[in-house]
Amino acid sequence: MPNSPADKPRRITVQRKGPLLVEGPVEVELEDGSTVVSDRFRVALCTCRRSRRYPWCDTSHRDRV
Amino acid sequence: MTAGYPARMAHEGPRLPAARGPLSAAVRENLLGTGPLPPAEAVAEAPVYGDDLQLALYLCYELHYRGFAGVAPDREWDPELLRVRAALEHRFLTALRADTPVHDTVDDALAELLVEPVEGTGVSHFLCDEGELWQLREYAAQRSLYHLKEADPHAWVLPRLWGRAKAAMAAVEFDEYGGGRPDRVHARLFADLMTDLGLDTAYGRYLDAACAETLATVNLMSLLGLHRSLRGALVGHFATVEITSSPGSRRLAEAMRRTDAGPAAAYFYDEHVEADAVHEQVVRHDVIGGLLDEEPHLAPDVAFGIGVTGLLEDRLADRLLTAWRAGRSSLHTPLNTEIAHIS
Repeated sequence: MPNSPADKPRRITVQRKGPLLVEGPVEVELEDGSTVVSDRFRVALCTCRRSRRYPWCDTSHRDRV
Repeated sequence: MTAGYPARMAHEGPRLPAARGPLSAAVRENLLGTGPLPPAEAVAEAPVYGDDLQLALYLCYELHYRGFAGVAPDREWDPELLRVRAALEHRFLTALRADTPVHDTVDDALAELLVEPVEGTGVSHFLCDEGELWQLREYAAQRSLYHLKEADPHAWVLPRLWGRAKAAMAAVEFDEYGGGRPDRVHARLFADLMTDLGLDTAYGRYLDAACAETLATVNLMSLLGLHRSLRGALVGHFATVEITSSPGSRRLAEAMRRTDAGPAAAYFYDEHVEADAVHEQVVRHDVIGGLLDEEPHLAPDVAFGIGVTGLLEDRLADRLLTAWRAGRSSLHTPLNTEIAHIS
């Protein structure tokens, strides 16, 4: 059940290759319990775990040729 | 019409730069009201990517942004000046269409951008690995022509889009303009970078210093932004900038840290690593995707916009790297010895 009838589900866009796109702002709790916040209108969350700015995507998922 | 403006308005704006040949000299003199516009033969004969033609076109375009000191604001819509601008644009666009590699599809054009070279050889690789402070200063001075009006040429496309493409484009532009916070406007962040590098942040200050290849990259944005007929190419241009920005910005942030350029200098590029990783996704999926859902016939224009951006960025990279590897300045007129004033 939604918390309030006015709450709309937050859209998350999944891609086979690339970050999760989440409607911002978001707060992410990391493994060590710390939190990071992004207030962009949309946020790209790293899924390849190669980002040097984890949990934010830095395009490190791209193929290297 | 001029009488309708307060007199002081005509005197605001950056100083007109020095001419670089007969074409830019004539446009300059005409803007100051002291001479005729260049004849058609002069426009037809000037080398299309050269200093003279590119500066003449830049002067015409700048009237749509901030104008120049001593030039009446309503010259922006002077039909005779617009006729000259159209002739210059025709030369420029004809050359660009002839020189840009053709991609069969938008996906083909994008695919080349969506991989990272293991052994990169571009300007950001050079600056990251071995760039010296004087080269970073030159790079910032050159790029200041765009970054001090960052996102402005692309804002012109908004009335020409609708639906998903418009909403997405407006959202990315809102981010470029600091999300409503003046201290986070990207152009302001770039001015802060320039301060760290001991450069003058005044708009238009380095127009004399910028090389023809830099003028061409900014003229391209103005060309695509000002023409509704080129909206597909403008969107392709924007996508290319956003896709290539994130990895390049990471290297430039490293260059700024390695040379102790200062916190604001590094921050400008750090911000772009993260922001443009998002913008890239939004522009590809929603701006290009949305535009082509509505207007699928624009696909070749989008591909052209992607290809032509790469063409002019490669020409600029050649100019910068050739000069720097020879230990020479990349600028049209070198920066003076202001570096002595960096504390």
